Amino acid sequence: MSLPIPLAAAPLISDWISLSEPGCLDLRTGRVELGQGNLTALLQIAADELDLDPEQIRITGADTSLTPNEGFTSGSLSIAQGGMAIRLAASAARHLLLAEAATLLQCRPDELALARGTVEREGRAQPLTLWTLAETASFATPIVDWAAPKPPEARRVAGRPLPRIDLAERLTGTPFVHDLAPEGLLHGRAIHPPRMAAGEVSIDLEALRARPGVVAVLRDGAFLGLAAETEFAAVRAAQWAAARARWPAPGPAPSDPVVAIRESDEPLEVVHEAGDIALLSGLSSQCLTVTRPYLSHGSIGPSAALALWQDDVLEVWTHSQGVFPLRSALADVFGLAQEAISVHHRPGAGCYGHNGADDVALDAALIARAVPGRPVKVIWSRADEFQCAPLGPGMATTARAWLDTENRITGMEVTAASPPHGNRPGRNGAPNLRAAAYLAKPFPIPRSADVPLANGGGAERNAVPGYAIPNLRIAKRLVHGLPFRTSSLRSLGGFTNVLAIEALMDEIANDLGESPAVFRLRHLDDPRACAVIEAVVAAAGDPFAKPRPEGTGWGLGYARYKNSAAWCAVLLELEIEDEPRVTRVFAALDGGEIINPDGAINQTEGGILQAISWTLKEQVRFEADRVATASWLDYPILRFDEVPEISVRLIAHPFEPPLGCAEAAQGPTAAAVANALRDALGVRLNDLPLNRDAIIRALA
Amino acid sequence: MSVAPTEPETRLRLNGRDVSVTADPQMPLLYALRDVLGLRATRFGCGEGSCGACTVLMDGKPITSCDLPLSAVAGRAIETVEGLHAAQPNHPLLAALVDLQAAQCGYCLPGIIATARSLCARRPAPDGPEIRSALSGHLCRCGTHVRILNAVERAVAACAESAS
Ligand code: FES
Ligand code: FES
Repeated sequence: MSLPIPLAAAPLISDWISLSEPGCLDLRTGRVELGQGNLTALLQIAADELDLDPEQIRITGADTSLTPNEGFTSGSLSIAQGGMAIRLAASAARHLLLAEAATLLQCRPDELALARGTVEREGRAQPLTLWTLAETASFATPIVDWAAPKPPEARRVAGRPLPRIDLAERLTGTPFVHDLAPEGLLHGRAIHPPRMAAGEVSIDLEALRARPGVVAVLRDGAFLGLAAETEFAAVRAAQWAAARARWPAPGPAPSDPVVAIRESDEPLEVVHEAGDIALLSGLSSQCLTVTRPYLSHGSIGPSAALALWQDDVLEVWTHSQGVFPLRSALADVFGLAQEAISVHHRPGAGCYGHNGADDVALDAALIARAVPGRPVKVIWSRADEFQCAPLGPGMATTARAWLDTENRITGMEVTAASPPHGNRPGRNGAPNLRAAAYLAKPFPIPRSADVPLANGGGAERNAVPGYAIPNLRIAKRLVHGLPFRTSSLRSLGGFTNVLAIEALMDEIANDLGESPAVFRLRHLDDPRACAVIEAVVAAAGDPFAKPRPEGTGWGLGYARYKNSAAWCAVLLELEIEDEPRVTRVFAALDGGEIINPDGAINQTEGGILQAISWTLKEQVRFEADRVATASWLDYPILRFDEVPEISVRLIAHPFEPPLGCAEAAQGPTAAAVANALRDALGVRLNDLPLNRDAIIRALA
Repeated sequence: MSVAPTEPETRLRLNGRDVSVTADPQMPLLYALRDVLGLRATRFGCGEGSCGACTVLMDGKPITSCDLPLSAVAGRAIETVEGLHAAQPNHPLLAALVDLQAAQCGYCLPGIIATARSLCARRPAPDGPEIRSALSGHLCRCGTHVRILNAVERAVAACAESAS
């Protein structure tokens, strides 16, 4: 048995599970719930192994003082790694306690069963429960000594939909970081410099301190913060200060960063090679380059955090994706031992990657240090969220394919160029927190080496086509030196790379007069890949076999996320009226074992809609070296009156390992949209966003 | 720290009860709800009327509370999601949202619930396109739109049925 990664740092049953409260099993995970339903799915896994009802389990998400350290909740690995750790831990608890019961009942463990926590023998309840047994058995025992998960066919909870355990609270309650309001709360605001350069902010601090309701102000290098008694007073004072604060002058910036990325001559790094594409130069080839602009994560709730200093001990409440890495980063910035800081996760609005969650935690901690003993809550403004959070980098991906004499693709070259996708706290040996870069004692953001291939890669994610092509040359070009801060946005480079590869597949199929579906299928030798494509084509009634009305197009996109996670195909219909609009979407997803089918469908629907929005509408704008986009009016996203019908079909493989699925639809959806637009328009558009202006430019 | 001048009082009806708020009349209703009155289920999203996260009902009509000063609310009846939940925890709208698992992060939903409540009360009951256009001022970044629309349609139908 190869062990799930999280067990290395948390090898004991007691790291994950305790039974101290009768009737309730406490389950601890180092993952955080980001709105994707992963805690519900993790609980399902444990319920199965212990034959408990889901209601009997209470799950705690990542907390530096309570749970195992599982690093970041990212990369769609909550179930594939975290879930498998919990499956082993829960099964170990089961077998340890049943062995104890067998000793007491003088029988063999395999004569015993569990039902809602009570031990049963030959169908009859025994006077033993998990909780009474736990009084004498020790969970400080290695999981590997006892782990023996049930066979898949014995699962009763995993594999079936379970309503989200946290949903009702999110509708009518106050579960978010934004809602914390402990005794003595102060409202903090940071006034952010437009760029992350060190230097000193100039402002009349005394005048700021005298603004109504302000109780503390703080200047540290280019960082400016304040705390006030009410939120309104804090907001007003921050607006007053923002209009007056002056920071060091702007630095150099390209007039169009996406063009700079496309034309960059930074070194190419070959990341994958097969066969020899140099031998193909005599064959006919096709090539295209797609670009996407910088994108905003665009969380509906701006980043927020609460911090409290007491006797040089710091406590932080955050919606960060990684409470342990955030603790380390804060320890670096404040020169503290890790033990002097505790970081607790509380829900935020959906983040879709590395947004401002960690940055605002530092803002709150800096401001709170000026008012020890009083908790300080900082909520970013909408403009902060657009302008201060890391962006999803702009990208340019070029794909070229060579055809042999039988019109089969025999070679493909894919080159992905972008600024780095990996700048999370702690990566590249630095805190990577916004304000840390411009404190009087700064922690500059170092040059990022991007996300390592072991984690699915950054710029090169999904740049290796999933088709059976004998000659491949896949390369990435990391573009450094642009002034805009970038990091991980859902699916990273996979979005643009799949778009490029699938657009090229579509162009070639078109030229050959072949159905895009049939053309792909004859380049695939992976039955699970074929199955998702066949499923969407069947669900949509093979639209490529029929004439499409004027102004209407269908497009297909396919990829296996990270080339190692879920397989996903998307087939959709698009109409061009005033704007291009997606009207119907059919998707099929093979995520191996699916723990919560309804949750996986919900995530896939969400991924599809978000990717449609990215593809058709979104673009961050810049003015020189700063982000100019400041409000939703500058950054339209998909609205309720623009959403298509969606049908997602899951292809379940309960005997296969679970594979991350929440990001699998991003690339295939982008490709399907671009291909449908090509089908409707007769002209291919390669530079996102594919909005009305882009169409007018293309037809001009 | 400067000494705040004595703040005036604003009286309004909040979730069926008369309340008075002692605060700057320029304070947006959203901050008064969250910060002064302790009703924190209504959400801040943009503070500029462009996302719908802060929507509440004023005299039965959905309004964004982030850009509405307290002074404009004097004497009005405000309803928040807490009020709906306390009065009708099984309201067809809440039931449909849970039944259809119509949320991911859920941050957009309290605002959407306010608008959807007004749709549930509208006669004749709004049809699908009317529901979509009524919700088009609400942003949802998780892409839960389809489920939310289905839940609102179901609730609107249930409310129309029970009223007839
Ligand atoms: S917070 Fe009021 S509309 Fe966005
Ligand atoms: S469910 Fe997250 S914003 Fe709507």
